[in-house]
Amino acid sequence: MIIADGVNYVYSAGTAYEKHALKDINLVINDGEFIGVIGHTGSGKSTLMQLFNGLEKATSGSIYYNGQDIYDEDFKMKELRNKVGLVFQYPEHQLFETTVLEDVKFGPRNQGLSALDVDMRAYEALKAVNFREELYDASPFELSGGQKRRAAIAGVLAMQPEVLILDEPTAGLDPKGRDHILKLLSKLHEEKGITIILVSHSMEDVAEYVDRIIALNDGSIAFDGAPKEVFTHYKELEKIGLRAPQVTYVMHALKDKGFDVDTSAITVKEAKEEILKALKKKRSGEGEL
Amino acid sequence: MNMVQADNLSFEYIRRNEEGEVESISKAIDGVSMTITKGDFVAILGHNGSGKSTLAKHINALLSPTEGTLIVDGMDTSDEANIWKVRQKAGMVFQNPDNQIIASVVEEDVAFGPENIGIPTEKILKRVTESLEAVGMTKYRHHSPNKLSGGQKQRVAIAGIMAMHPDCIVLDEPTAMLDPKGRREVIKTVRKLNKEEGITVILITHYMEEVIDADKVIVMDNGKIVMQGTPKEIFSEVEKVKGYRLDVPQVTELAYELRKEGVNIPADILSAEEFVEAL
Repeated sequence: MIIADGVNYVYSAGTAYEKHALKDINLVINDGEFIGVIGHTGSGKSTLMQLFNGLEKATSGSIYYNGQDIYDEDFKMKELRNKVGLVFQYPEHQLFETTVLEDVKFGPRNQGLSALDVDMRAYEALKAVNFREELYDASPFELSGGQKRRAAIAGVLAMQPEVLILDEPTAGLDPKGRDHILKLLSKLHEEKGITIILVSHSMEDVAEYVDRIIALNDGSIAFDGAPKEVFTHYKELEKIGLRAPQVTYVMHALKDKGFDVDTSAITVKEAKEEILKALKKKRSGEGEL
Repeated sequence: MNMVQADNLSFEYIRRNEEGEVESISKAIDGVSMTITKGDFVAILGHNGSGKSTLAKHINALLSPTEGTLIVDGMDTSDEANIWKVRQKAGMVFQNPDNQIIASVVEEDVAFGPENIGIPTEKILKRVTESLEAVGMTKYRHHSPNKLSGGQKQRVAIAGIMAMHPDCIVLDEPTAMLDPKGRREVIKTVRKLNKEEGITVILITHYMEEVIDADKVIVMDNGKIVMQGTPKEIFSEVEKVKGYRLDVPQVTELAYELRKEGVNIPADILSAEEFVEAL
């Protein structure tokens, strides 16, 4: 469990470039949640993620990991970084070893595990991301975009984190590649019970996959709730540079035209069921007349 | 009139080992023939590795064909004498805005291109003013590019291309790194340049919603053109499009799913308004 209590973060304090990147953030992230974090560029998403992982230190306020204040003197920051894995944007830029396998081993090796355990962790992680075995010994630079990204995610998974944070893991991938990564996260969440925090610019993706959305605007939390609930505020979301999934707009337009539909549908599947229901009602209504 | 004409265009990436012997050859473009009409808005779709970026780099003469020819506004790009003229005709915008901005003030960045081709100072000033106006960034003329959002940076990059007075702009996934607002800004700007300035636009993207207003969509797979047509023609073939690792706009998919359930709704719906009208 991660708790952020009154967290503020100020960049370049005291200079002309001072920027209040996070303002009084209060959050509880429970074990096993699948969270989507949305917000315009510069809204503070990445800063918040780096605070959770201990890469940056809050200017004021506290962060607790499993009940421990991470800014306590005797708190082991290294352990936090093992438990809260962070996959950066374009993580494939950070692949550097001669083979995929060596690259994935890098993290667990640094954790001081035995050679055998390091091997085990690496194989297990590559398996978890459905990486093709014949490519384990390939150079990371020979892989396709989607493969590189999966290799990079495996590198973080090999450290066996309890929380996995991913900063726009699907940026630049084609639609099929996007699906693969998102399904993979879903699987890791369900089968391994890993808490997942997904930073995303795709409203359609978060609508489809996550249980909870946190929307940031100018360093503050604008919305925090179930996707269905958050996307009912689509007009306010537009004002802060975001939007709802396309189907939600379809549902609102139908409602305006007099269709008896529930406008809270946020995925194609939900919209389809809702429209079929409305059509059926309409038909039986006409039948009675 | 054709802005771009490809005839049996092929391009091979050749890998050599340390001794300079050929290790492997991969065909990124495989016998592509197509034309792009002047003034059109053309979208190129295809999964990662399908050859679309390689094709785009040919239009800007960054690459030249291994086989076949590519003609840009009557000029053969294989002819070295044409390279600079081709690059001036067809400007290119890339994915990462941070890699394309070089100056510390917006107006200087936009002036960089025309300065390099020896345009006189007073004319450069005029071009900078016009270009910033065209992309709606006049207000930021004296700002530092570092302080701009991703969408604003991309618009500055587009202004830099506009200042070269091109006839054609090729954009290679210009919105991949942007948030929803930034994406809308860039696409709106590009559409405006196409409609109002008559610039031929070639847009490469993975976002299907961005291409619904295109005059023509080209789908690539394995270095070949596998589909060509209007957005309606392309996206009405949901299964086929998905087979090429692509997607259709969410509302098209919804219509497709409803059709499968026997609802009488056309297959070529691309927008929420059309959808509501049709139902």
